[in-house]
Amino acid sequence: MAIGETVRNSQIWKSIFRHPMPLDRRNRIVVMLTNFFLHLHPVSIKKQGIALSFTWCMGGVTFFLFLVETVTGVLLMFYYRPTLEWAYNDILALRDVTSLGILRELHRWGAHAMVITTWLHMYRVFLTGSYKPPREFNWVIGVILLLLTLLLSFTGYLLPWDQLAIWAITVGSNMARATPFLGYEGPGQQLLTVGGIDMITDASDARFGLLGARFVGEETLNRFYVLHCIAIPLATALLLAIHFWRVRKDGGISGPL
Amino acid sequence: MHASGFFLKDVAGFLGGYYAFVALMNGIAALILWRKKGQIGWALVWTVFSIAMMVLASLALSASPELVPALPASVRATVNRYSGPVLYTLGTFALLMGMFIFRKFFVRPMVAWALLNAMLLLMGLSMADQNFASIVMKPDNVPIVGLVFMLAFFTWLATSQAVVNDDRIARGLPTVEKENDEKVLVWPDLVYTELICMVAVSAFLLIWAICLPAPLEEPASSVKTPNPSKAPWYFLGLQEMLVYFDPWYAGVVLPSLVIFGLMAMPYLDFNKKGNGYYSIEERKFSYLTYQFGFFLLWITLIILGTFLRGPNWNFFGPFEYWTPYKVEVLNNVDLPQMFWGGLLDRPLPKAPAGASGLVQAGTILLRECAGLAIMGAYLVLLPPLMAVTVFRGFYAKMGFVRYMVMANLMLLMLTLPIKMILRWTFNLRYIISIPEISLNF
Repeated sequence: MAIGETVRNSQIWKSIFRHPMPLDRRNRIVVMLTNFFLHLHPVSIKKQGIALSFTWCMGGVTFFLFLVETVTGVLLMFYYRPTLEWAYNDILALRDVTSLGILRELHRWGAHAMVITTWLHMYRVFLTGSYKPPREFNWVIGVILLLLTLLLSFTGYLLPWDQLAIWAITVGSNMARATPFLGYEGPGQQLLTVGGIDMITDASDARFGLLGARFVGEETLNRFYVLHCIAIPLATALLLAIHFWRVRKDGGISGPL
Repeated sequence: MHASGFFLKDVAGFLGGYYAFVALMNGIAALILWRKKGQIGWALVWTVFSIAMMVLASLALSASPELVPALPASVRATVNRYSGPVLYTLGTFALLMGMFIFRKFFVRPMVAWALLNAMLLLMGLSMADQNFASIVMKPDNVPIVGLVFMLAFFTWLATSQAVVNDDRIARGLPTVEKENDEKVLVWPDLVYTELICMVAVSAFLLIWAICLPAPLEEPASSVKTPNPSKAPWYFLGLQEMLVYFDPWYAGVVLPSLVIFGLMAMPYLDFNKKGNGYYSIEERKFSYLTYQFGFFLLWITLIILGTFLRGPNWNFFGPFEYWTPYKVEVLNNVDLPQMFWGGLLDRPLPKAPAGASGLVQAGTILLRECAGLAIMGAYLVLLPPLMAVTVFRGFYAKMGFVRYMVMANLMLLMLTLPIKMILRWTFNLRYIISIPEISLNF
């Protein structure tokens, strides 16, 4: 007890935490206002609004899973090399020889869970009518986040570079070649010609843009790796920040008006 | 295929633990009902059920083909014979509609608990079938099983709150959410809930990761195409739509419309009621539309695409062996063939060789006149027609632009079930088929 007191009275502790332990009403309010991680929250909240039977905690769980994916993903990036030579072997080694290879399981099952919790979060928001004014635009941001979650999962699916990976991505990305006008098998692409020369070929269409090649190959692996590890997570993080900020600005956690 | 001894040895440990878990669950439920609620009758029912589950657990652990509890072979054969896309889709629709109409009955805790037990028991009995287990136990398919149970649970949770609220609203009382408007401090009430949730999710994820290794198949080979080739599970609803539409519509236009429609939803739903609390009666139209899209056009199609579509994307019953040699008759016809060949008894119009572009385009339009007329009527005439009939009230409240966006999104969403029904009844492949510009619909 005495050690705890000494620590809490030290200059270091006091420079980090600007208030005593949140044991009384005043300090429970102060902690919410002065702590960076807690300041996302309001100070007080409707009891009904945070009841588990009402919120299912699905939005929070989705965000937590995003953090799990970020941490496990960064650790996996130390190990995994996105080249035809090494990608499969690195995953194989994660399974068979590497200590903490379970990080891959955590990352993969966390990703599946995140897709499911996103759907359940949207389902709850719909069922409580929480997309209605004044929260319309936050729902729109949420839909974009749903799309980004699916794209994160889809781009990550290729990285193990096994049969499951390339054929799932092949089937999925084959859709892009049927894009109206912009895919070389899509309706209307025949109309886009200049002087009798086709503008849309299998080396210039939407699928080529997605894969970086005519088929799923090394260029695709590199492209999906960059999208998966950098581009989409950054976009997701930005939109998450806006999503949370707007929850506060659009009237706080939802409840009857 | 018969359940071989090897298979049963592999699955026995899992099934034993599974039935023991169900037994434990029911034992705890019985204890709560007896001690906390004083419902001795129900407590007895679940105690007996719990004991029965313990018996099943010990039988399963025997790993002997005679003793492991399973559905009789004749039942499995019958299910396989009669299941198909038509029965599956219509059956799911009827089941969900029935549960919606009789929701006051189904949300009762004891009814819901009995249904959950029935689901778990059926799942356990099915897992003793090698064909069923080999698909369900594929590592990447396990999340979908979890999704089904979670959706069932959360739909029950939401519906039971909505039923209570709807009843209170009908009696002129405020909703449960409105009545409890007490405020609490975020520290400790919310931050501790969040902490406990994080610990629980972490524990759950760790157990999942320890028990189930992530899949890793053979190294990628661009010359060895697996049969079936499937997209990741969350896109299998879209892949299933490819049965009924070409990729440009099923894989590009419809998914884009889903995203656009979801984004447009808050701006189309003009109903001010039902904001911030569970209710069905106050927003029946939006509720049913969302559930139709989410459950029937998304979730059930994912389940169909994952568990019931095998080699060559043929349909297989839940207990059927996925043979690549299954042959299905393909006798689908296009509407122009039906119209010119079947109805008018004439050959399809064909431009003479060397005809000018204008003549060729005209011939195509003539050939496709029936399909174009139908689609034109569907997308151009129907929205205004609905505005003065079924959606008269909607039109008055929404105004022209919002109404048109809503009506077109609805009609485009309905193209999928309509095309399904046309395929099942008339073997219709395309309503419009213009291969000259790769446009088939």
